[in-house]
Formats: sequence, structure tokens, C-alpha cells
Amino acid sequence: MASITFREVEGSSLKYWLLFGGLGLFVLFGALAWNTMHHYGHVVTGMDNQIVWGLPHVFAVFLIVAASGALNVASIASVFNKPMYKPLAPLSAILSLALMLGGLLVLVLDLGRSDRLIVAMTHFNFKSMFTWNVFLYSGFFGLVGIYLWTMLDRTVKSYSKAAGTAAFIWRLILTTGTGSLFGFLIARELYGTAMLAPMFIIMSFAYGLAIYLMVLAAAYAWTGRTLGDAVMMRLKGLLVVFVAAVLYFVVVHHMTNLYFAKFHGVEAFILRDGGIFTTLFWVGQIVIGCVAPLVILLSGLGKQRTWIMVACGLVIAGGMAQMYVTIIGAQAYPLDMFPGLIENSSFYDGVVNSYTPSMPELFLGLGGVAIALLVTTFAIKVLRLLPASLDDATVAKLEH
Amino acid sequence: MSELKPMSDQTPASPERRRFVGGAAAAAGLAIAPGVMLHQVAHGRPEEQAASSAVRWGMLVDATKCAAGCDDCVTACSTENGWTPVAESKHPKQAPQWIRKLELQDPLTQVETNLPMLCQHCAEPPCVDVCPTGASFKRADGIVLVNRHTCIGCRYCMMACPYKARSLVHEPLNDTQKPDVPRGIGCVESCTLCVQKIDRGDGNTACAEACTAAGHNALLFGDMNDPESEISKRLRELPTKQVRADLNLNLGVRYHGI
Amino acid sequence: MKRLLALGAVVLTTAALAWAGSDTQPKAGGAPMPVIQKAVKGEQCVEDTDYMRRNHMVLLDQHRDKTVIEGVRTKKYSLKECINCHASETTGSVAAAKDDFCVSCHSYAAVKIDCFECHSTKPQGSIAMHSLNAETAHYKHKLAAQATSKVSVEEMAGVAQ
Repeated sequence: MASITFREVEGSSLKYWLLFGGLGLFVLFGALAWNTMHHYGHVVTGMDNQIVWGLPHVFAVFLIVAASGALNVASIASVFNKPMYKPLAPLSAILSLALMLGGLLVLVLDLGRSDRLIVAMTHFNFKSMFTWNVFLYSGFFGLVGIYLWTMLDRTVKSYSKAAGTAAFIWRLILTTGTGSLFGFLIARELYGTAMLAPMFIIMSFAYGLAIYLMVLAAAYAWTGRTLGDAVMMRLKGLLVVFVAAVLYFVVVHHMTNLYFAKFHGVEAFILRDGGIFTTLFWVGQIVIGCVAPLVILLSGLGKQRTWIMVACGLVIAGGMAQMYVTIIGAQAYPLDMFPGLIENSSFYDGVVNSYTPSMPELFLGLGGVAIALLVTTFAIKVLRLLPASLDDATVAKLEH
Repeated sequence: MSELKPMSDQTPASPERRRFVGGAAAAAGLAIAPGVMLHQVAHGRPEEQAASSAVRWGMLVDATKCAAGCDDCVTACSTENGWTPVAESKHPKQAPQWIRKLELQDPLTQVETNLPMLCQHCAEPPCVDVCPTGASFKRADGIVLVNRHTCIGCRYCMMACPYKARSLVHEPLNDTQKPDVPRGIGCVESCTLCVQKIDRGDGNTACAEACTAAGHNALLFGDMNDPESEISKRLRELPTKQVRADLNLNLGVRYHGI
Repeated sequence: MKRLLALGAVVLTTAALAWAGSDTQPKAGGAPMPVIQKAVKGEQCVEDTDYMRRNHMVLLDQHRDKTVIEGVRTKKYSLKECINCHASETTGSVAAAKDDFCVSCHSYAAVKIDCFECHSTKPQGSIAMHSLNAETAHYKHKLAAQATSKVSVEEMAGVAQ
């Protein structure tokens, strides 16, 4: 097997520091947004006692799900022994750590008492999916961290496969946990199904890979390194499979619900009468997130790198729409305490709840994205994560 | 994991108790409010005694007696527990509501039903299951509470509650709380069955007192474990339902006439 | 980079000093000394003053769990009783003004109090519940004028250790 040279990016150009500064600015905005929310309380957000989880949770859950999926490329290399993916693995690991960090920060900074994080770390209720996730997230940092170490340090290289396998299994459990955050809720019709766990896993594959592809292409384009088509086409093919699988799960989920009369109301809401949520479902989640990328990637357009990037962007946008519909749409639909009766009260019972995200929520969420990208940007400068070249000839040698 | 670890009590129980009784006697002697004190000493659980699982507090709501347009129970709750009535709130969608009047209408028959909706004090509370820190808990006597000392404001319990019983305090309360009812920004809260009144020995909640005072008698509070209690007798007489009985949560609030 | 850090440290320290200096409290070594008001009623706290200064948080912490979780509402270590005795004559509160009982020491020690986000800082109103209720003390006895005392530096240093 031919060896690959990994090298830090120089990171001294104006462009690098502009990128760094721009991301830093968004991190700062995120911090200010948190400060505002913490000082005034959640009254400054669009969230209320009806829509209790809002835009921050959309960002947080998306980032956490994507984090798990970003590890995919590394897993294929170490767990499934595909040498072609080996040079791509370190970036995959660092990106997944960075996305996880960004997502978790958004999640904990949105807490009503974010100053009491230590309580969440010292008081546990093991019947709670949230508690499980606290351990799953911490373990993820530990295992992926070790895995990254085995990739970077020659002296521990022999443990790479073991560490990679452990990280792979762990993140499957982790995304099961994330999906089960919603799957283990009996109160809301759209949740409370085991479907959500595997669906979140497959979504993580798609979103994580889309982000990975964009970061990889950007890193190589902006540092003037060669990224051959062989790598791009292989990853593109993988993305097609993942996006198609997401579509499959979404269809099965809704088809199942449509068969049960008690779910007809909520399904009609999402699929037909839900206004913004219906639009986001059909246009955002289905067309932008699944159909359009599939058309692009499977047609002749998919041979051009720009179009692959467009498809990745669409998958990410569709993923955000999917999270919005899943998290906020499910809360917008009223709880059905008295089936068949019309409810009316001062507490917005029986009415579709509206939600308008506020600036602090938006910037808190964007801050999480910025942190993730900032960490990645900095990591490739200080660590040898990126191969000096990924041209077709180099990659071809790996396969033989 | 739902068991609570026993705390080492450093309070020397008996002298403390004696001092309290002495104080009570002194109060009675001073004739400030002897009736109240005597009632408390007679019927209340001793203050150093923990809530017991021999008791299960519950409520019977007779929807056939609940008057349309009357919200005395809601006002009484807000006065007793210090939360701002939603009509006076600057942010009605974000204002906490521990109890609310619900109007139901059958679209076929146009028949209307009125009832108060509040925390149902489930025996198997989903909010307790999902709470990451254990702040959401069920007291031995069946009251579901939020321990604000460990609530981190994640709102997972609000996502899990099938009755929309819980609210987050969205803004600072600026020392407007009642001394007996601590509540604060960033924490989740809901009906406590007037736990401060129960522990004091009042034996009734503010909402039920108000309903009786208004002459409706739609709310009956009591110990569902005691076969001789008024509520147990009524529960044996009247057909009652649990809201979302399909979820099998074994509710502490039972409704007649829904 | 080091120089930048040093500069930052200097700026921060200056700002902090300027802020601290703007206070018009009695000072010892720059920090405003806490003003400890004598409890309005009662001669002696539930434990020795020295013990309470160092350990009140432990007692409150243990008592709060017994009260909230088990429903044990003994008065001896309850925060409500602290407030009943220690609320200021002027503000009627333990934490409304900067000289009030809890705030005064806590700001000196720079320890954030988390109690009063949720707990009322004012005594219970109902006279019936408590024979020696603070309300009685406030409105009927009007003890007071001599109630304020300054704590010596040595005393506070003792607490700090």
C-alpha cells in the first residue's frame, strides 16, 4: 500500500484569517445571543409554553445528528477496511467532534438554567433518554478522540481499527439515543415510535456526509491542493444511497401513520393543512432535501463538482427543514386530550400553535455552526489531518 | 432510580417539636388565631414527619357542576401560588398557567362541557421518566412536583406531558413570589396540589376551596387511599373517567361527566 | 501573544479596580465591608453565630431536600425562618438592598446567591402560622434603630478561612 503524506494547512493567508475571523464573529454573536437569553429569560425568544423547543433545538439536534454521520468516512476506512477512505479518515473524525461540540453547546446554552450545567452532570435519572445521551455524548468525545489519536500517532497506529470499530458502534448507539429523545415521548402523535431511531441514523449518514463533502472540497480548493475525481465520485455515490434511504424512511413513517385513524389529524396537518410546516415538509424536506439532490447526483449534472456541492447544500438545507418539521411541527399540532371534541381554553388548547423564531435563537444556533467550523478550520492548521494530495493517481495506488 | 436517598436529618426532632407546640400554644394564648392553630395541630401531619405513601392525594372533578364562564378555581390558584393571571400578563403565550378552564364541545351534538385542566398527578408520570436530573419527581403521597433546586429548564417534561400541564417561567419574577411557594425564572412548574397547604394540615387545595365557596362543589380534594374519605366515597358512587385513559398513567385527578 | 495577554490582564484589573473603587461603602483594604444587621427578633440563632457564618449553606442545602422531596417542614433550618428573623427593618427583605443581611456578606465574599431567583426575600405574612412571626415583629414591636452593626475585618477574615 502506498503511503500518504498528511500535512497541516499553512493557514497564514489573509483568506484563512478572514474565514477564521468571520466564523469568530458568528461565535461572538452566538455568545451575545446566549447572554441576552440568559439575562432576560426565554421571554426574548419565540418559544413559549406551547412550542417549548424551538430553533436552537433544530440547530442542536441537526448538528448532533450530522456529527455522528460525519464519522462515516472514517468508519468505512477502519471498520470496513476500504483503503481508499483511509486518507479521508482524520478529517472525518475531527469534523464529527467539532459538529458534536457545536450542537451540544447550542443545546446546553438554551437551557432555562444554563448556569446549572453542573447539576446535569451530577444528578442522573437513568430512566431519562436525556441522561443516557449525556453519557453517549461524553463517550463519543472520548472514543472519537482516542480514534483520532490512533490515526495521528504512529506509535499507537495498531489500535486504530479497534478504536475505529468502538467509535462506529458507539455513534450508532448515540444516534439511536438522539432519535429516541423523540421516540420515547408518548404525548405527541408524531413521536412515540421506534421508527425514529433508525430514521435518525440514516439521516445522520446523509447530513454528515454532505457536510463532510463540502468541507473537504472547500479545504482542498482554498489551499490549492489537488482533490481528484475518484474520491469525489465515490463519496457522491455513497451520498445517493443515504439520501434515497432517508426518503424511504420518511415515506414509510408517514404511510404507516396514514393507516391509523388516530393519526389522520396530525398527518393531514403535516402533509396538507399545516401551512409553513406543510411547505417545509414538501418543498424543504422532500423536494430540496431528497428529490432534487437525487436528480442532480444521478443525472449528468452529478459529474460536475459544482453540482455535487449544490446537491450537498440542498441535502443540508433539507435536513434543517426536516428537523424543523419534526421538532416544531409536532409541537404546533395541538395535543388531543379529548379525541373528537373541540377544545377551547386560555392555554391555547385545541389550536395550532404558531412560532416565530427570534434573533437570539437564530444567532445562538448559527453560533453553534460557527463553533463547529471554527474548530475544524483551526484543527487542520495545527494537526496533520489532510493529505497533501488526493489526486487520482495517489488514490488509485491505495486500492492495490 | 426513582428512589430518593435518605438524608441524614440533623434536626433533633423532639425538642424541636416541643418548641413548635409551645409556640402554637403561645399563639393560641395570645388569641391571634386560635382556631387555625388548633385545627392544624389536630389534623396536620407532624411537621417533622415525611409525606407517606399510605396517602394518595387526588381530586375528583364533577364536570356536570363546573359552571361555564366561572374561573374561581383559576383565580384562587393564582392568588395562593403567586402566578400572574394570564389576562394580566404582558406575554400571554409565555405566561405560566397551573390550572385552566377548558371548554369542550361535541361537534355533532353541540353539547358543551366545562372542566378545569391541571396536572393530573399521574402514578406513572411521563414527566418524571424523562427528567434528566430527577428534578421532576413524585412525592410519596402521590403529588408530582418539580424540585427547582435541580431543574435545569430543559423542558423535556413539557414535551412529555400529555396534558400540557407544565409551564416554563420565561421571565424574572423580581421577588413577587409567595414565601410559601418558591418559583423562578428558567424552571418548569405546574400544579402542586397546594403542597404548602397540605403540609400545613389544611387538607384542601385553593381551587377546591374556591369552588366550594362559590357554591358549585365541582372539585373535591382528598386521600384516595382512605376508603372512608369523602373523595373515595364519591368515587365509588359516581362513574368517572381519566383523561387519555389509553395511556394507562393512573391519574390522581378523576373526572365525572366527560 | 504573551504581551497581548498581559495587556488584557492589565486592562481587566484596572477596570475591576475602578468599578470596585466607585463604591462608597466602608472599606478595609479596598473592598467594602459587609454591614451585618442584627436579627430583628430573637436573641440567638439556631446555632452559634460562628458556626452559622461558616455552615449555613450546608444546613440549608440539607434542609431543602428534606422539605422539597419528603415534605418535612421543620422550622429550625428553614430558609423561611432565616428570612423571618433577618429581614431588614427598612426594606423588609434579606436581599433587596445591598446592605440587607444576605446580600451584604455575599457580595463581600463574591459568592452568588441562587436562593432568591425562586424564593421570596420577604417574611411570611400570615400571623396565624407563627407565634413570633416577622410581621408581628415588624409592625408591632418596631425594635430596631440599634440593629445595624459593622463587622470587623478580623471577624470576616475568620469566616473567609
